[in-house]
Amino acid sequence: MLENRRLLRVLRRTVVQAVPTILGIIVLNFLLLKLAPGDAADVMAGEFGAATEETMVMLRQRFGLDVPVLQQLLAYLGNLAQFSLGQSPRYGMPVSELIGQRLPSTLMLMGMALAIALGIGIALGTAMALTAGRWPDRVLSVVSLIFYSVPGFWIGLMLIVLFSVKLGWLPSGGQETIGAGLTGIDYVLDRLKHMILPATSLALFYVAIYGRLTRAAVLEVASQDYVRTAAAKGLPPLAVTLRHIVRNALLPVTTLAGIHLGGILGGAVVVETVYSWPGLGRLAFESVMRRDFNVLLGVLLLSSFLVIIANTLVDLLHAWLDPRVEVR
Amino acid sequence: MISPFLRTAAAAAALLAGAALVAPAADAQQPKHGGTLRFVMKYEPPTLSALNNTSTPTTSSKIWDGLVTYDIDLKPLPMLATSWSLSPDGLQYTFNLREGVTFHDGKPFTSADVAFSIMRLKAGHPRGRGTFANVTEVKTPDAKTAVVVLSKPSPYLLVALGPSESPIVPKHVFENFDVATPPGPPQHIGTGPFVLKEWVRGSHAVLDRNPNYWDKPRPYLDRVIIRFMPDAAARAAAFEAGDLDLGGLAPVPLSDMERYKTHPRLAVDTRSFAYTGAQHQMFINLDTPILKNKKVREAIAHALDLQAIVDTVFYGYAKVSPSPISVALSTWYDPAVQARKFDVDLANKLLDEAGHPRAAGGMRFPLRLLYNPFIDARLAEFVRQSLRRVGIDATTQNLEFGAYVKAVYTDRAFDLTVESLTNVFDPTVGVQRGYWSKNFRIGLPFSNSAHYENPEVDRLLEAAAVEIDPAKRKQLFSEFQRIVHADVPSVDMISPLEVIIANKKIRNYARGAEGLGDNFADVHFVD
Repeated sequence: MLENRRLLRVLRRTVVQAVPTILGIIVLNFLLLKLAPGDAADVMAGEFGAATEETMVMLRQRFGLDVPVLQQLLAYLGNLAQFSLGQSPRYGMPVSELIGQRLPSTLMLMGMALAIALGIGIALGTAMALTAGRWPDRVLSVVSLIFYSVPGFWIGLMLIVLFSVKLGWLPSGGQETIGAGLTGIDYVLDRLKHMILPATSLALFYVAIYGRLTRAAVLEVASQDYVRTAAAKGLPPLAVTLRHIVRNALLPVTTLAGIHLGGILGGAVVVETVYSWPGLGRLAFESVMRRDFNVLLGVLLLSSFLVIIANTLVDLLHAWLDPRVEVR
Repeated sequence: MISPFLRTAAAAAALLAGAALVAPAADAQQPKHGGTLRFVMKYEPPTLSALNNTSTPTTSSKIWDGLVTYDIDLKPLPMLATSWSLSPDGLQYTFNLREGVTFHDGKPFTSADVAFSIMRLKAGHPRGRGTFANVTEVKTPDAKTAVVVLSKPSPYLLVALGPSESPIVPKHVFENFDVATPPGPPQHIGTGPFVLKEWVRGSHAVLDRNPNYWDKPRPYLDRVIIRFMPDAAARAAAFEAGDLDLGGLAPVPLSDMERYKTHPRLAVDTRSFAYTGAQHQMFINLDTPILKNKKVREAIAHALDLQAIVDTVFYGYAKVSPSPISVALSTWYDPAVQARKFDVDLANKLLDEAGHPRAAGGMRFPLRLLYNPFIDARLAEFVRQSLRRVGIDATTQNLEFGAYVKAVYTDRAFDLTVESLTNVFDPTVGVQRGYWSKNFRIGLPFSNSAHYENPEVDRLLEAAAVEIDPAKRKQLFSEFQRIVHADVPSVDMISPLEVIIANKKIRNYARGAEGLGDNFADVHFVD
């Protein structure tokens, strides 16, 4: 009962805060994008490698660029009010369809990357903390520092060179075996096989962060009185570690993971490019380059939703992990 | 009926042999059916069709046929048209169309489709407005005859009718489809050798064999997979991992090319194709006061070592192309036009004479040097360093494409720009736009960015545009090249080679002048 009412309050607050945030994001992004030199017609005509003045006029008309900026913004907001993300003039299809095609694979990649990062990160961090100052801690520290400092695209390429080119175990890119027409379990396995390398490349940076964070948190928690009490009452060390130390040490990690969700969405561009992965990051990047603002605004809108949802989930997760945390 | 491709097959085989791809004669006679070709493109176009888009020559030609196609020397060969004739006054082309051709949806192909397509290309194709400007109507006296009626002779018309440039589309599909909207998958219906099965945006398109293709027994392949991979390193990795069979426009970094030359599975094929007419040139903004002086422009030309550009920036995968008409367009390039001698002393002397002595610090004057971001930035860097050697303080600015187009063609905020104004298949279509004074249009990409005005050049270009006698036309273009070269509104530099990487087991992927714009009907694997 109490739990449910608390949950409802959280949701109401989230919605109230989300609307102005999202509106601000749209208006700000729209205006920022308008500051970029050149418009979609310039880019498209440029890509054609040839154009006439009539082509340019026609393109601008079709892109809705022949009216003042304010009017363009109002038209966009008007569309949104009717739950339409508009059309991509470049692709000649609805933005929602373009995004819809890419959203599942992006979310899967993100989810898997975050799972890898949290799983390995927390395990590494705990191991480091438990062996603090001894050689396993030192070695793992160096390893996580390497993960942290080496750029993702390079790790990605090296993974491809090792696992695809040299060993031939995993595909070099893409999200499925194209045209194989697989179904059922084969299909799932095929998708997983394609996801391992990009998800790992994306995760390694965060593995390092979560590892360091967990190490610090575990060390701090391990010195608390209740841990000593737990050990004193005769609990086996593993139970103490898992139930009393790690669970409490998870709080800062989950907070950061919530924040990172947005970052992964944006940072995935590099990994998506290296692995030719048709994700949202690349769609957004390409829309910037092509000044296809309807698509870009759609992606940004969706991303802000995702970040808000993720943060709400983290709030709830906190309350569950630590009953003392009141969800305000 | 003799297939038009049988004639090209021998030529293609010879070419492949020339490109160090061993093609046993037996292959050309008995190609085997089957297999999937995995073809890579760098950028994903908004549509696969070339109907209103020029960035798609290599995808469009697989799905849509043209009226004609070309051998490697740009000689027209029958495709949807089996024969054609030109009236003596040069104002009427009569095309006799192939019998028994059907579109992918089963509807028959007729002269109405030809008439519709040509008028649609005139209305919506970025180049079509120019190419078909003189087309007044297309008459269809019967279902298998189309007569293109012109207001003025258009000598370049026949070379503009290839599948990669002017696809013939079904009238019943496009009749009610907006001229400017990029055609989507439901509109991807042609008469070509492959049928669009699936297109996952941002990833790939799958084309399946058209079992009813008119050119039996072609196509040999079961399937063509087109993958869109914007990252050079990713493409290289995919080639190495055996996930790709074919890619053009130097799909891997040129610096890696040596490795691929000795690759057990892959071959490097370097040719230039007349249909692309690749050309990199530097336009000189004649509105900049300092650059109005011809001596300064000549000095800039003398300061550039074009052969060194070929050898260093392009690792040898380019040709020096010193004339406004690319050496790739061998029909029209005039070999009498040669690069200005690379001579730093002479350049210095010319700049001194022009009244720009070196100031303290060794520099004479600053210039803003821009470059089209689709060109290797090292070319602009090479130019910058060369200019600094003769005391021109050139500064480069790295702009992404949208910003670049606006800076040069709308704001005109540049002094020199390294451009890639390709000549396409004909100088009237591809070269004229850069030098014709009437094409100095603010805000129009790839127009006359130098702001070059020469009445004699205008006259020559306009005369060549309607001259149907090839010999006379060649003479007009020769004179045009000599004048422009002497006036230096641009420094014409190099023509990059196509640089194709191909699986050694595939044959006939680029039979004609269209290069990888070939329809792939004849592509097959060998053991």
